[in-house]
Amino acid sequence: MLELAIGIILGGCALGAGCAMIAGIGPGIGEGNAVAKACEAIGRQPECKGSVTSTMLMGCAIAETTGLYALVIAILLLFVAPNILVKILLKAIG
Amino acid sequence: MNTKSRLFKAVDVLYICMMVVPLICGIVLKVLTKPQTEGISITGAQIYFTIPMPIQDLPVTESQVNSLIVMIMLLGLCLFLTHGLKTRNISVRQHLAEWIVEKVDGLIKDSMGEYFMSFSAFIAAVLALSGFSSLLSLFGLYPPTSDINIVGGWAILVFVLITYYKMKCGPLQYVKSFGDPVPLLAPLNIISEVATPLSMAFRHYGNVLSGSVISVLIGTALQGLSRTVLGWLPGFLGDIPLLQLGLPAILSVYFDVFSGLLQAYIFAMLTMMYVSGGFPMELYFERKAKKAAMTAKN
Repeated sequence: MLELAIGIILGGCALGAGCAMIAGIGPGIGEGNAVAKACEAIGRQPECKGSVTSTMLMGCAIAETTGLYALVIAILLLFVAPNILVKILLKAIG
Repeated sequence: MNTKSRLFKAVDVLYICMMVVPLICGIVLKVLTKPQTEGISITGAQIYFTIPMPIQDLPVTESQVNSLIVMIMLLGLCLFLTHGLKTRNISVRQHLAEWIVEKVDGLIKDSMGEYFMSFSAFIAAVLALSGFSSLLSLFGLYPPTSDINIVGGWAILVFVLITYYKMKCGPLQYVKSFGDPVPLLAPLNIISEVATPLSMAFRHYGNVLSGSVISVLIGTALQGLSRTVLGWLPGFLGDIPLLQLGLPAILSVYFDVFSGLLQAYIFAMLTMMYVSGGFPMELYFERKAKKAAMTAKN
């Protein structure tokens, strides 16, 4: 019975981590849009290449934040949560 | 004259030792204390030793030691670059030092304005510390920026700076700024205020950590692949992971060099933007002018 409970905990953590990383879609689309627009801007005004590139990198980094939140959650679920949850389970059983 | 130039060279050698010796010490410490593991190992910073303290034991981790190494190296670099400054007939290293200072000053002037020119030392320190910390992974050491405690400390420092500049017009003005544009939105404003250091810390640490995790995963995958593909080779040839050559190096250029330096730049840029954006400049100068007029009247 204990093995089953621990298995459910590990499986749930892995599934949760996988689901959390669905959030990677958003930043991907957003950064793609940003880079596409930056390319258009450079094509229209090649003399502004430097400032457009630095602004684009800045915007990409900020757009990436949501994806990184998901990554942090996924890493916590994979490496930190199982230990804590199993400890709680063992304490509850006694 | 001869003794003088000999002394100059001796001090130079001392500074170069200051840059190189901590790095070698760090690598030796890492090699000596590395635990034996098989296959994938993604762990946090390794704890070297713990100092007993009254409330809670203080663990001294790899990331703390490595960030101290970076600080000593940067101190050595700064002393080396600014050693023997002259007004004419200047050396290459003085050119380099002047170029760095001018670049950072230009960056501050562009994105913060004339009032914040005193920030250039702080911003240069943040840039150098963050960039060199991320580059430490090129030597196989644990990069301190992939530990949330280190980056979180920097983010708290930035938060204190932002709050200090917001409070320049008095605490009442600071409290009032949360009720902007309507007082109903005050809770959301408080949440966004707290989210600023949190997102800065998560962004920097997440980027560096994700790079190292992906590198470890790909390295392990290539090791397994080469074991299955080239395992039939006789003797020790089958044990050498030949497929690990090449691809990890290319990935390292992106994840360790480009991503690390980009994150340092972004951290510094965001610091500048938040500090100069939160400071109510017009109101501050208005009040200052009023105060000056009052004292002149008396």
